[in-house]
Amino acid sequence: MTQPTINDFHTILPMIVLSVWACLLLLVDLFIPKDRKGITALLAALGLILSLGFNLTRIGMESVGFSGMVVLDGFATFANVLLLLSGLFGVALAYGYVRRMGIERGEYYTLLLFSVCGMMLMAQAADLIIVFLALELLSIPLYVLAAFARGDMQSQEAGVKYFLLGAFATGFVVYGTALVFGATGTTSLGGIFAAASAGASTGSGNGLMFTIGAALILVGFGFKVAAVPFHMWTPDVYQGAPSAATAFMSSGAKVAGFVALLRVFSTSFPALASDMNGILWTLSALTMIVGNLIAIAQTNIKRMLAYSSIAHAGYILMAFVSYGNPQVASVSIASGMFYLMAYTLTNFGAWSVVVALEKAEGKGLEIADYAGVARKHPALAAAMAVFMLSFIGFPPTLGMVGKFYLFRAAIAGGYTGLALIGVLTSLVSAYYYLRVVVNMYMREGELVPEREPWLGFATALTAAATVALSLVPQWVFLLASTAVMK
Amino acid sequence: MNEWLYVALFVFVGLLIPVGAIAAGFIFGPKKANPIKKSTYECGIEPVGEVWVQFKAQYYIFALVFLVFDVEAVFLFPWAVKLGQLGLYAVVEGILFITILIVGLVYTWRKGMLEWV
Repeated sequence: MTQPTINDFHTILPMIVLSVWACLLLLVDLFIPKDRKGITALLAALGLILSLGFNLTRIGMESVGFSGMVVLDGFATFANVLLLLSGLFGVALAYGYVRRMGIERGEYYTLLLFSVCGMMLMAQAADLIIVFLALELLSIPLYVLAAFARGDMQSQEAGVKYFLLGAFATGFVVYGTALVFGATGTTSLGGIFAAASAGASTGSGNGLMFTIGAALILVGFGFKVAAVPFHMWTPDVYQGAPSAATAFMSSGAKVAGFVALLRVFSTSFPALASDMNGILWTLSALTMIVGNLIAIAQTNIKRMLAYSSIAHAGYILMAFVSYGNPQVASVSIASGMFYLMAYTLTNFGAWSVVVALEKAEGKGLEIADYAGVARKHPALAAAMAVFMLSFIGFPPTLGMVGKFYLFRAAIAGGYTGLALIGVLTSLVSAYYYLRVVVNMYMREGELVPEREPWLGFATALTAAATVALSLVPQWVFLLASTAVMK
Repeated sequence: MNEWLYVALFVFVGLLIPVGAIAAGFIFGPKKANPIKKSTYECGIEPVGEVWVQFKAQYYIFALVFLVFDVEAVFLFPWAVKLGQLGLYAVVEGILFITILIVGLVYTWRKGMLEWV
C-alpha cells in the first residue's frame, strides 16, 4: 500500500473542503435556533462558494490520486463547476420555499451539500468502486430530500418510490461492476480498457460477460438519468418531492449521472461501441419520443417538467451514441456537456418560477393556474417564457444553441435519423411548453407569485444567462471542448 | 475445475443434511397434535396476541444508532489487526473515520434521540 502524498489530497481538494464543511455545518446547525435556519442556508452557500473558488483555481490542472482511484482533469473541473452551481441554485430556491411550506429544517442544506459531494466524487471517479460510492453518496441524501415534507403524503410516496427504485438501480450498477470485474480482473476504468483490448487481441477475453456487465451499468445509470424505459419513477418523484428539492435533483443528479456514464463508457468500453451503438440509439430515440409525447397530456406543471426532463435526457443521450467513434467522439461529448449546461440553467430557471408560484398544500401547480401571471408580474412571466423557449430550442436562447450542436454532432457521426427524431420531437414539445406561455399571457387569472429576494435573483440570473450565453456560444463551447479534449 | 467440484460437493452435502433431517423427522416422528404444539414457535414461551402488533416508532432510531456503531466495529477489527503494518496513515484514517461517526453521535445526542421516550 502506498502512502498518500499531498498530491492525492490536492486531486480532490474541492470535494474535501465541501465534505468537511458539510460535517461541520451539521454540528453548527444544532446550535442555530429553529426560527433562524436561514443562517444555515447562508453557511451552506458559503461552503459551496468556497469549494467553487478552490475548483476554479484548478482549471487546466491534471493529476491522478489515491493509487488511480480518483482523477482530476478538465472534464472533472468543468463538471464540478456545473455541480457546485447546481448546489448554489438549489440553496437559493430552497431558502424561502422551505420556510413558506413549513418544512424549514437545517438538515435540508446539509443533505444538499452531501449530495453535491457525491456528485463531485462521481465526476472525478476513475474506478468503478468509487463510481459506486459516489452514486450512493449522491443518491441517499436525495431520497431524504424527496421525502423532506414529512407531513405530506405525496412527498412520503416520492421518497419511498425514489428510494426503492434508486436502490434497485444501484443494484444493477453493482452487478454490472461485478461482471466487468469478473471479465477483466480490475475495476480501474483505464485498467478495464487495457484488459479488454488485450483480451480482444489474444481472443481470450470473456466477451459476453464483459458486454453484459457494461449493459447492466448502462441500465443502472439509465435509471438515474431517467431514460426511457427506466423512467417510471420520474413523474411521481418529481411531483411529490418539494419543488426546490426537485429542481436540485432534476439538474444535479442528471448532470452527475451523465458525467459518470460519459466517463465510464468513453474510458472503459470503447471496445464495445459496435454493440452499444444500437442500444444507445434506441434508448435516445425512445426517450425523446416517449418523454415529449406523454408531456403533452400533463396538466400539472411539475409532472410536465418531469416528462420534459425525461425528454431532455434523450437529447443528451444522442451525444453518447457515437462515443466509440474517435473522429467525432470528442466533439459529440463536448456538445453533450454543453447541452447539460444549457439544460441545467434552463431547468433551474423553470423550477424557480414553479417555486415562486406554488402555494401551500400543493396549490398553484396546475398549468391552468398560471393564467394571468403576465399581468401581475410581467418579469416573472417573461423569464418563464425565456425558459420555455429555451426548452423548445428557440433562438435566442441557450437551448437552441445546445440543440444545434447536438444535432450537428449526431449528423457528423452518421446518425441523421436520430437527429431527425430530435428535430421532430422538439417541434412536438413546442406545443406543451408554449401552452404555459399562452396561459400566462393570454388568459385571466389571479395567482400572485411569492416575492423572495434569493429566488428572484436565481430566476433573473438564469434567465439572463440563458439569453446572454446564447449570444457567445462559441466561448462556452470552447470551454466544454477543452474540458473534454484533455 | 477441480476446486469447483469441491464447491458443488459442499453445496450438495450442505443441502442434504438439513433436508435429510427434516425429512427423517417428518417420516419417523409421531404426529400427535395439540393446540400448543400447533402454535407458532416464537421463543419457547406461549405466544400472546396477534402477529400484527404495532411497535413503537421510536425503536428505529435506536436501531439506527446501534447499527452505526455495530458497523463501525466491523470496520475497525481488520483495521486494528493490520495497524502495525499500515503505519501512521492508517491511524489518521481510522481517527478520521471515528470522528465522522462521532459527528453522527453528537448530532443524535443533541437532537434528543438518546432520551428514552
